[in-house]
Formats: sequence, C-alpha cells, structure tokens
Amino acid sequence: MTIYQLWISFYTMLRKDIVRMFRIWVQTFLPSVITSCLYFLIFGAVLGSKIGEMQGVDYMSFVVPGLVMLAIVTNAYSNTSFTFFQSKFFFRGIDEILVSPTPPWLLILGFISGGVVRGILVGTIVLLISTFFTGLHLAIYNLFIIFGFAVLTALVFSLAGLVNGVYAKSIDGINLVPTFVLTPLVYLGGVFYSVHSLPAWAQGFTYINPIFYLINGFRYGFLGIADIPVWISLSVLGGMIGLLVAINWYLIRTGLGLKQ
Amino acid sequence: MSAPALKITDLKKTYATGTVALKGVSLEIPEGDFFALLGPNGAGKTTIIGITAGLVNKTSGTIEVFGKNTDTETELAKMDIGLVGQEVNFNPFEKPINIVVNQAGYYGIPRSVAIPRARKLLTDLGLAEKMEQNSMTLSGGMKRRLMIARALVNEPKFLILDEPTAGVDVELRRGMWDYLTGLSKSGLTILLTTHYLEEAEQLCKHVAIINKGEIVAQGGMEEILQKHGSDEAKKEGYRGGRLEEVFLKLTSEKTV
Repeated sequence: MTIYQLWISFYTMLRKDIVRMFRIWVQTFLPSVITSCLYFLIFGAVLGSKIGEMQGVDYMSFVVPGLVMLAIVTNAYSNTSFTFFQSKFFFRGIDEILVSPTPPWLLILGFISGGVVRGILVGTIVLLISTFFTGLHLAIYNLFIIFGFAVLTALVFSLAGLVNGVYAKSIDGINLVPTFVLTPLVYLGGVFYSVHSLPAWAQGFTYINPIFYLINGFRYGFLGIADIPVWISLSVLGGMIGLLVAINWYLIRTGLGLKQ
Repeated sequence: MSAPALKITDLKKTYATGTVALKGVSLEIPEGDFFALLGPNGAGKTTIIGITAGLVNKTSGTIEVFGKNTDTETELAKMDIGLVGQEVNFNPFEKPINIVVNQAGYYGIPRSVAIPRARKLLTDLGLAEKMEQNSMTLSGGMKRRLMIARALVNEPKFLILDEPTAGVDVELRRGMWDYLTGLSKSGLTILLTTHYLEEAEQLCKHVAIINKGEIVAQGGMEEILQKHGSDEAKKEGYRGGRLEEVFLKLTSEKTV
C-alpha cells in the first residue's frame, strides 16, 4: 500500500470509531463526567475544605490532575478493549480488516488511536468541569508536560486495552481488568494523597504501581510539584509503551486470538 | 502466459485442537475461470478460503494470487481478492452504505471514490432502497447481497464466494447467479463453494472436489463428469444432476 492508501485505511478505522463513540455518547462520555462530578463534590468541595492543603496547594487543586488522569486511563482502556473485543466476537467485523491489505501495525494504530482520542476528549471535559469546583481557576505550570503525559498515558492504556481485547474470551474478560486491576491501581497511585503522607511500607507499594508515575508527572504539569523527578515518570511511561507495543505487535502479527 | 488467479501448493493445516483440516492440497485456478470447490461439510473448503483470504493461519504450503505470494507479498495479493464469507459478518447497527464504504477504506480507497462506487454496487444488487437503513432490517437474502457488494468495492480480480446462497430463496438465488455470471463474463475470476451442485454444474468451468482435507478430483467440469460419471445418472427418474452423482461417488468412497 502507498502512504496515501495507508492513511485512508487509518482514517477509516479512526473515523468509524469516533462516529461510534459520539453515536453512543451516553455510554462513552457521560459516565466519566458524572463520576468526576461526584468526586469533585465529595473529595474536593466537602472533604477538601476539612483537609486543607496537600503539598502546599489546596486539596481541590491537588486532586484535579489525578481525577483527570483517572478519566483518561479508564476511557482509553475500555474504548480499545471493547471495540476490539466487539469486532472480534460480535459479527466478526475484524474480518473486514483482516482480509484487506491493511498491515498488522496499522490495525494496531487504528484501534489504539480511537482509545487515545476518547481518553483525551473525556479528560478534557473532566478538566473543564473541574474549573466549576475551583472557582474557574486552573493552575497550569507547564502545558507541554500536561499534554505530553495526557497523550502518552492514553496511549499506554489504549495499548493495554488492546492486549485485553485480544485475549478476552467473553464480555466478563473485558470488565475484569478495569474493575479489579485498573481502578485499585489508580486509587492507590496517589490521586487523593501525596506518597510522602504514607507510612514507609505503603510508600514501597506505591513505587511499584505504574500509575503513580503517570499521576506524578501529570500533576507536576499543573502544579509544579512532584513526589519524584518527572524524568523517572517519563521513563516508566516510555518503558510501558515499548513493552506493550511489542506484545501487541506479536499478538496481531501472528494472529494469536484472532486467526484460527 | 499470465499467472493463475490462484495457485495453492501442498497446503496443510492442523488446528490447535489437533484436527487435521488440510493434508497437502494443491490447486490451480486459471485467470477468468468460474471455479467450483465442492465437498461435504468439514471437508476443508472454508479452511482453504480462510487461509487464502488471511483469516486462518496455515501450517505449511504456499499460496499465490496472480503470482503474488501471500506470505511475502501479502498486501499486493490481498489487493486482488474480494471475499464473501459463509457467515454474515458485519455490524447490524451500521448502514449498508457505510459498511461498503468502510470496506473500501481498508483497501486505501478514498471516500470520494468509494461512496459513488458503493451506491452503484448496492443499486445493482437491488439494495438501493435499503442502503441508508440499519443493516439489521435487511432480510437474509439482502444481507448476502450486501456482502457481495462489500466484496466487490475494491474491484478485485479474484472473487471468493463461500456458500453465498445458503438460506437464500430460489428467486433471489437465480438473480444472484445471473449477476455473478455477468461478472464472470467481464473477466472476474470466481471461486465458489456451494452445496447446490446443480448450480455449480451449470455455472462453473472447472471443479475440484475435496474430502477429508484432500482433493479427490480436479479438472474441467465436463472432464470430471465424463471421467467419474456413472450410468446411474442416465437412468429415468434419477433424482439429482450429473455432478451430484459424481460428488456422492467420490466423497462416499472416502467416508464409508
């Protein structure tokens, strides 16, 4: 395929996914918006006023980056895992792409791009909503870092969602990971607290949680404060992307879980 | 002399379950042919088609589509293929026009070209009224025709039809065959699997019969009928066509 043909194929996959996510916006966008509003209300407005400050900033401003990251992580992951699982199990729609000359790497790119777009869109909506709870105030320390961490995080969890989508044998297989793995990791990754406020043994657990590094870097972009240097967070992100790209490439190229 | 539309050499397939589906199949379909691949259920027809189209991994062997090896020139080989699978495999919540246009996109065809092409195909196949409705509203025959339109949108040189008329009523089936005969006359190479043997006998120039993963007969339609036909078929009151007689003779020899 020529570069133009590759672009058309990529555009087709991405367009189809974006049309789908807007068509069912009640399922794709609304849940994260409502959940975030509840978090902002309870942890920010109600409890936050009692907690006061965390690492020198008011508690509401402290939790905003983590809650935006939560929306990005869950939406990027679930979008890719579900669309891939759906096209594999419901109606075998994946065959439409497998019979075409679209190469495996482009198939991966097409599926994960939808997850990245949804993650960034929902993250942006949640961020805008957060300003209603912070008196229309939005702290921005480094826009480049904010955007970079948002895109890379969405990319990581889109890739992870694709692995889940390839391996899942039933709809339960799609829901298990977000419920029992992702959500606990996000909650324990420093959304609501600084790692320095934990006892030493708990800090050790936090440092082996990859999501801690993502939230740490993202928060630095907003507030200029971080539990660990940002370059470490970026390195963890880079390592995760490399590992997940390799796994996905192997799975899709060999047709594992896709072809008989 | 041009390369054959499909050349399969010593194709073997063993599924993860241990089932041996293909035991070294070799097959050649000349360009422009209307070729029937016949066999009982589970003989290996759909496995051959799946491997050719890139939906099933082979165990060993080679496949060439118009001289392009599907292992080393995958993209080029796939450019020439259109597939109508055995099972309905499109999203019923999508409109037929979108299903066909999206398929064109996966072949790198821009929407400005794909949309008029898809409209013409759907109209030619009698789906003009339905192209903007949800596909779930289509009847069984309409779904089959939509799959044909989808398979033709990339203007393939080689069309694979895996039991395209299964569950389609007689009138629609005849209409589909007329349409496909027209395509064959325009130069399109067609590989057909079907359980309607009288249709294969009427439509196809060449035939291969597969049983238990092995080709048991292959050649021109008349040649096969002459070679393997029996006097049984000439008897008064005989129930099926000549090909049906040959088919039963060749496949039951192996199964009993």
